Amino acid sequence: MKKNQKTIDSILASYPPHPQNLISLLQDVQAAYNYISPEHLALICDHVGVPVTQAWSVATFYKSFSLEPRGEHEIKVCLGTTCHLKGANRLLEACERDLGITQGGTTADLRFTLDTVKCVGACAEAPVVIVDRDYLGRASLSSLKKRLKKR
Amino acid sequence: MKRIKNVAELQDLRQGLLAAQDPDQPVVRVCLGPGCLALGAEKVAQAFRTAIKYKKLKAAVKPLLKETGCHGFCGQGTLVSLTPADLFYVRVKPEDVPEIVDVTLGRGEVLERLLYRDNGYRYRQAGEIPFYKLQQKIILKNVGLIDPLDLKDALLAGAYQSLAKTLTELSPEEVLRTVEVSGLRGRGGGGFPTGFKWRRAADNVRENPGPVYVIANGEEGDPGAFMDRAIMEGDPHAVIEGMIIGSYALGAEQGFLYVRHEYPIAIRHLSIALRQARALGLLGKNILGSGFDFDLQINRGAGAYVCGEETAIIASLEGRAGEPRTRPPFPAQEGLWGRPTIINNVETWANVPHIMAQGAEWYARLGVPHSTGTKIFSLVGKVKNTGLVEVPMGISLGRLVEEIGGGVPGQKGFKAVQTGGPSGGIIPYELKEVFTDYHYHPPHLIQERKEISVDFDSMAQTGSIMGGGGMIVMDDRDCVVDVARYFLRFLQEESCGKCLPCRLGLKGMLEFLDRFTRGQGAPEDIAALESLGQALVDGSLCGLGRAAPNPVLTSIKYFKDEYLAHILDHKCPAGVCRDLITYRIDPGVCNGCGLCLADCPEACISGKKKKAHVINTAACSRCGACQAVCPADAVRVA
Repeated sequence: MKKNQKTIDSILASYPPHPQNLISLLQDVQAAYNYISPEHLALICDHVGVPVTQAWSVATFYKSFSLEPRGEHEIKVCLGTTCHLKGANRLLEACERDLGITQGGTTADLRFTLDTVKCVGACAEAPVVIVDRDYLGRASLSSLKKRLKKR
Repeated sequence: MKRIKNVAELQDLRQGLLAAQDPDQPVVRVCLGPGCLALGAEKVAQAFRTAIKYKKLKAAVKPLLKETGCHGFCGQGTLVSLTPADLFYVRVKPEDVPEIVDVTLGRGEVLERLLYRDNGYRYRQAGEIPFYKLQQKIILKNVGLIDPLDLKDALLAGAYQSLAKTLTELSPEEVLRTVEVSGLRGRGGGGFPTGFKWRRAADNVRENPGPVYVIANGEEGDPGAFMDRAIMEGDPHAVIEGMIIGSYALGAEQGFLYVRHEYPIAIRHLSIALRQARALGLLGKNILGSGFDFDLQINRGAGAYVCGEETAIIASLEGRAGEPRTRPPFPAQEGLWGRPTIINNVETWANVPHIMAQGAEWYARLGVPHSTGTKIFSLVGKVKNTGLVEVPMGISLGRLVEEIGGGVPGQKGFKAVQTGGPSGGIIPYELKEVFTDYHYHPPHLIQERKEISVDFDSMAQTGSIMGGGGMIVMDDRDCVVDVARYFLRFLQEESCGKCLPCRLGLKGMLEFLDRFTRGQGAPEDIAALESLGQALVDGSLCGLGRAAPNPVLTSIKYFKDEYLAHILDHKCPAGVCRDLITYRIDPGVCNGCGLCLADCPEACISGKKKKAHVINTAACSRCGACQAVCPADAVRVA
């Protein structure tokens, strides 16, 4: 659990019990716990009054939700068009080799999750890698490694 | 600031702010736009804050630091502009800051080395640089100028003046009429006339009274486009003001800002702006004493490209998976919770205050007939001046890419422009001048020259679309087959899967292209691919599937030779497609440093220290690691 993390109760209490708040609730739980556990999914369903099947369909449809625990730090390699032209795929492969995981995977020590994102709108500095919330422009494997050492 | 009750109080507040301004106070504007942030602009801003705080400046007035939105010239970041000296510094690093504070702010002298330099000329002011000089900034006027988190700064720059005018001088019918006459068309890519959409919703409400909703589409999913991001981050109040005016015209009481979750800064700036506007009485009950109530909320997207489609946004706002549905009924007829709903792109909303302030006729004169106003483009890829530009509609593509963009860097040739993201097409360079029969002509055969105009209709004629405004420049080291495959893969992953043509058609098209990039397939496959693409155009449920074949169809139309080179000669002329290339080290250039040897994942590079290295081509997986690491640029692709 992260420091100052909101508890599931306080997240639920911050939204009125209405089906339209399903996605916002899932987003807040995802942000607080890094993933959505089956227990939390059930609590959210009870709160907004939708069947678990619908919540499941939503949670698996959108890419920002994860039903498995994710690493403490998230590395996202941007695969937008400009990044693609400037070699983002090679960079992704280099990251996969270096971390020993494939795209979407999490290292065994739960330190890092490697993922991709389809454009973050920083195309002028392509290729871009996002580590947690920080942008790394004109990225290379060596500059990324340097950044990861500080974590 | 306390809540204001009417327009007179708003004007008093603004006059007070104007009077309190000191024209001589030095202002330092640090760009915190997406490009500069990726280069560490936050550290530059922090360095200024520290330096201004602790330095005993000789300047009479303490300088004011403003952390602004995107200045646009992203390729030169971090950008810093200084007024009233009117200086523009580029590529500023945190370590340059003490010197700027000392020399420029302290002594009033110019730091020559930080000025933008081109062709041996150093530009002191931003306005002189060709990149800025040829632009016409209307929507982006305040982006990069104001501190987006400071409502006072926005008010000084004229925010909510247009709203005040609308609420006091215009009836809802007059607002509708103004938008119709202005000729404004949707900036999200479709180019649907905004006034027509609004009129339809207004008519539907009259027939069927009840709630109406307005939505801003900030799910800017096209890769290579960041216009909406820059507006939301740099001038959030412009979007809010546009939405209030629109809801006044339609009688809406509730609006939604649907913003991509990949844009956390935009979400933060918009939420702060909403709070400020609400506290001042510009949102909520009885706005500016007009008796009109309206409020806005932010909904974060959850990572689905298809949620840029309007019926998918509605599904997402209702708490469901973002799957589009058939239209009609259009959202203007039956939208959110079955009620008439107006969905406009963020940039479209940001146009509205300007139209109200300066009139429909003024707006209609901008640009060209049928495509009025200005348009923001993100000019990226293999172009010298990457960044965000705002130009009048109808500018020529050549002017946009070569004069504003500065052309392709280095010795490489300018090959094509990709516009409109995954729904757009790949337009060859030659089309910029030759535009007679839409077919590729070798340059020596060019007889008649006609420049392609960048507006909704001309772009559609090429088979591409103008789209949201992403403009990705490709040089001759970029393979069009690979780019077409890239977009197909993107769309295949993002297809919601509801309708069959899109779900299976994209998969089938991708299989063709996968084979082509491996040098397999037959020339007849190209016709089969075109036919399958046409089936998607005709049969898909929503815009995603209907426009999905565009990159493939346009690239076949203009670059058939390149497809045939892959299929028949098993060669990738651009040297991109991995199965068709080999890496080799140029022995004349290699200095034997050994970096590639250490980095090669296949351990297929050999060579003694300080002697030329050799790649064992048979074992090479063509990952490109050696090329990326080589300091001497000795790795060649063939």
